[in-house]
Amino acid sequence: MATLDSKIPKGPMADKWTNHKSHINLVSPANKRLIDVIVVGTGLAGASASATLAELGYNVKTFCFQDSPRRAHSIAAQGGINAAKNYQGDGDSTYRLFYDTIKGGDYRSREANVHRLAEVSTNIIDQCVAQGVPFARDYGGLLDNRSFGGVLVSRTFYAKGQTGQQLLLGAYSAMNRQIGRGKIKMYNRHEMMDIVLVDGKARGIITRNLVNGQIERHGAHAVVIASGGYGNVFFLSTNAMGSNVSAGWKIHKKGAHFANPCFTQIHPTCIPVSGDHQSKLTLMSESLRNDGRIWVPKNIEDVNAIREGKLKPTEIAEENRDYYLERRYPAFGNLVPRDVASRAAKERCDAGYGVNKTGEAVYLDFASAIMRYGKEQAHVKGLNENDAVLVKKLGQDVVRAKYGNLFQMYEKIVDQNPYETPMMIYPAVHYTMGGVWVDYNLMTSIPGCYAIGEANFSDHGANRLGASALMQGLADGYFVLPYTIGDYLASDIRTGAIDTNTPEFEAAEKAVKDQIDAFVNNNGKNSVDSYHRKLGKIMWNKCGMSRNAEGLKEAIAEIKALREDFYKNVNVPGKANEFNEQLAKAGRVADFLELGELFAKDELERTESCGGHFREESQTPEGEALRDDENFTFVSAWEYKGEPSEAVLVKEDLNYEEIEVKTRSYK
Amino acid sequence: MNLTLKIWRQANADATGSIETYPIENVSPDMSFLEMMDVLNEELIGKGIDPVAFDHDCREGICGMCSMYINGEAHGPDRLVTTCQLHMRKFKDGDTITIEPFRANAFPVVKDLAVDRSAFDRIQHAGGFVSVNTSGNTQDANAIPIDKHDADKAFDAATCIGCGACVASCKNASAMLFVSAKVSQYALLPQGKVEATDRVLNMVKQMDEEGFGNCTNTGACEVECPKGISLENIARMNREYLSASLKG
Repeated sequence: MATLDSKIPKGPMADKWTNHKSHINLVSPANKRLIDVIVVGTGLAGASASATLAELGYNVKTFCFQDSPRRAHSIAAQGGINAAKNYQGDGDSTYRLFYDTIKGGDYRSREANVHRLAEVSTNIIDQCVAQGVPFARDYGGLLDNRSFGGVLVSRTFYAKGQTGQQLLLGAYSAMNRQIGRGKIKMYNRHEMMDIVLVDGKARGIITRNLVNGQIERHGAHAVVIASGGYGNVFFLSTNAMGSNVSAGWKIHKKGAHFANPCFTQIHPTCIPVSGDHQSKLTLMSESLRNDGRIWVPKNIEDVNAIREGKLKPTEIAEENRDYYLERRYPAFGNLVPRDVASRAAKERCDAGYGVNKTGEAVYLDFASAIMRYGKEQAHVKGLNENDAVLVKKLGQDVVRAKYGNLFQMYEKIVDQNPYETPMMIYPAVHYTMGGVWVDYNLMTSIPGCYAIGEANFSDHGANRLGASALMQGLADGYFVLPYTIGDYLASDIRTGAIDTNTPEFEAAEKAVKDQIDAFVNNNGKNSVDSYHRKLGKIMWNKCGMSRNAEGLKEAIAEIKALREDFYKNVNVPGKANEFNEQLAKAGRVADFLELGELFAKDELERTESCGGHFREESQTPEGEALRDDENFTFVSAWEYKGEPSEAVLVKEDLNYEEIEVKTRSYK
Repeated sequence: MNLTLKIWRQANADATGSIETYPIENVSPDMSFLEMMDVLNEELIGKGIDPVAFDHDCREGICGMCSMYINGEAHGPDRLVTTCQLHMRKFKDGDTITIEPFRANAFPVVKDLAVDRSAFDRIQHAGGFVSVNTSGNTQDANAIPIDKHDADKAFDAATCIGCGACVASCKNASAMLFVSAKVSQYALLPQGKVEATDRVLNMVKQMDEEGFGNCTNTGACEVECPKGISLENIARMNREYLSASLKG
């Protein structure tokens, strides 16, 4: 059986990264000018990598499908970014961040990568502040922190409820500086259609200009995929409408292993679905669980009265509420990790306690936080702490300052005022821990092809902790890839510019054009979206929050059948050589229809439960995920063999040298 | 709800555009405006009519990609929202809704309701950054305390999502609110002060070269801005520009 070399450096965990950096090959400044690097995607990982590579002296070509790199979906991240700064003096350290991330990932991530992530986390904050990122500060002018799920320290830096936008604008500004200097050539509204390999090495990509439909060839000495996650395989997710798996999937089909595709994060606090017209779901930041308490009514009569509109949640007495997270997990309470919180919500709703019409919602209540903050403010200002009206107003002001934009967003979508009545929330697909397999250098199994950020698999195991995605994206892009890539490019300094007039580029371009022509000439009767919605239903019902063997086998067969039907009957209006959103979407849905099948197969093969992957067959008597360390302490890396479900499993064994593998408990 | 939609259709940048009328039935008040557009497009595809092209991505009001001019207002009748966060409950059964692209010389139409806002990117290339290398070898993040009031004001300016509603709303198609938000963010922070002179001169120069109009202080931009960016930023940029010009 084939094996994968993760290239983890030897030596003690704490010294691996430092030693590795000191010993890898370097490219001289004079030679960097002769080397071209392609970056696909401009989220935190892609933008930061582009900027740093250009600063180092490489010629960078960067591609995004949006009309500006600033719009990549990292921008929507709300709550914050973790870093082991220990500014709060609450006992945080590199080791503790490393430990929390490994435990949070349910012991399915690679130790060496996670330790490196924790090490560079502090540089990220320094770097972002130097760039002018306006993080929240306290009255002394120093940086403020808050807590996120699954940890017992406050290490999350934030910019109100839009940390993602501020960090992305920071990385975008670093890119702008290099675009202005001519070191980055930026291609907006361009979609990567395929990768081109020459002698087994990544040597370029084929793109489609989304404005005029032109197919273009771009050569380079290395290709970096930073195209984000594939949560949209579920149709409904918190991802942007354009977020897609295509770049990752195309390289998979050309030889890159795809790792742990079924490790998906279902985020516990999203706005519930309102109807069949729903096009996407909106997240309510995990930071809200710092102050919001999650509950459902204790009595089923109250649930029914609420659904019939006869009772308001604020009328239910304290003793008739079930704060189920506080009840089940007293140590972490409302701040348990996301997978645990999501399953607990599903458990209550499946038992019939859901509080909206569809029975798929629980309350997130700020009333007690408002009173607590209000009393504190009244005390500070020397006002009457027993004046309930005054205290409520003061408390609302504090909550508004912390979460104002999230509350406003909720009110606009749901048409209810969350300062007065509890929010309703339900879990939704949010992030994919799985992705393209990479080694310690972030190189995929295709030489010269790298994957960074959410597009790769390495750091979050089976469950990602809140505020760690931003950390990983920027760590990969600013501080890891730009150095590890030099080790590979050092052997490429004599190659010269990559010629795109070769049979390899020609063949790749032809395949792309053929697929486009097939789509626009198909004359089918069903819209692209109708297939995407059907795929999403299969995924959510059979491959979603809980999974069993029978459902997964059905899902594989159903997805296969849906894919066949798609190619026969899809209707793609318009022409190939124009701005054609339906055509762009058809290509993305085609890839989701393949990925979905591999996703289900991966779920089926992993008969244990771990993190966000919950197999009904493998649970404790209390309904918690039951891992099977003896048989499943490995990364499932899939090698493409034609049909997605015929992919071959290659195992990368996970060895825990530093952290003892234990049952994950938040009780 | 049943509605009549009057939508700007334009095949590409060079084509002549016109308003086309489409009826739409059974619109739910809980739909977002863009979900209503999705329903329309599914119907058009079914009838063999080219669907309406429009820009959109995050659909949660932060990416700044959606850009419709609805009944004469950028992002429609609601305040402090982008088009994607506008919900149909803001309209009534029987309403006629006119939908146009964001119009400005500097924002040429790409197709139908999608426009090219790359002029905003180019203004930022000219100076929308702090010249610090991304080596991570900077001083500790807490080495320079920043007055919370300045930090909060810088943040407020930085919340601009670059959608271009300010330009579309301005009778002069001026980009002053956008540019001033960026200039202000950096001008208010010690990290940005070092290059403040060159930054404001270069960004304003690029803004003028892109063909945006002048500011005549009508304040329409502030009213229509989905993020509530304040006119105060324009005043601050004017001060920055004046003092930079005198230095220069």
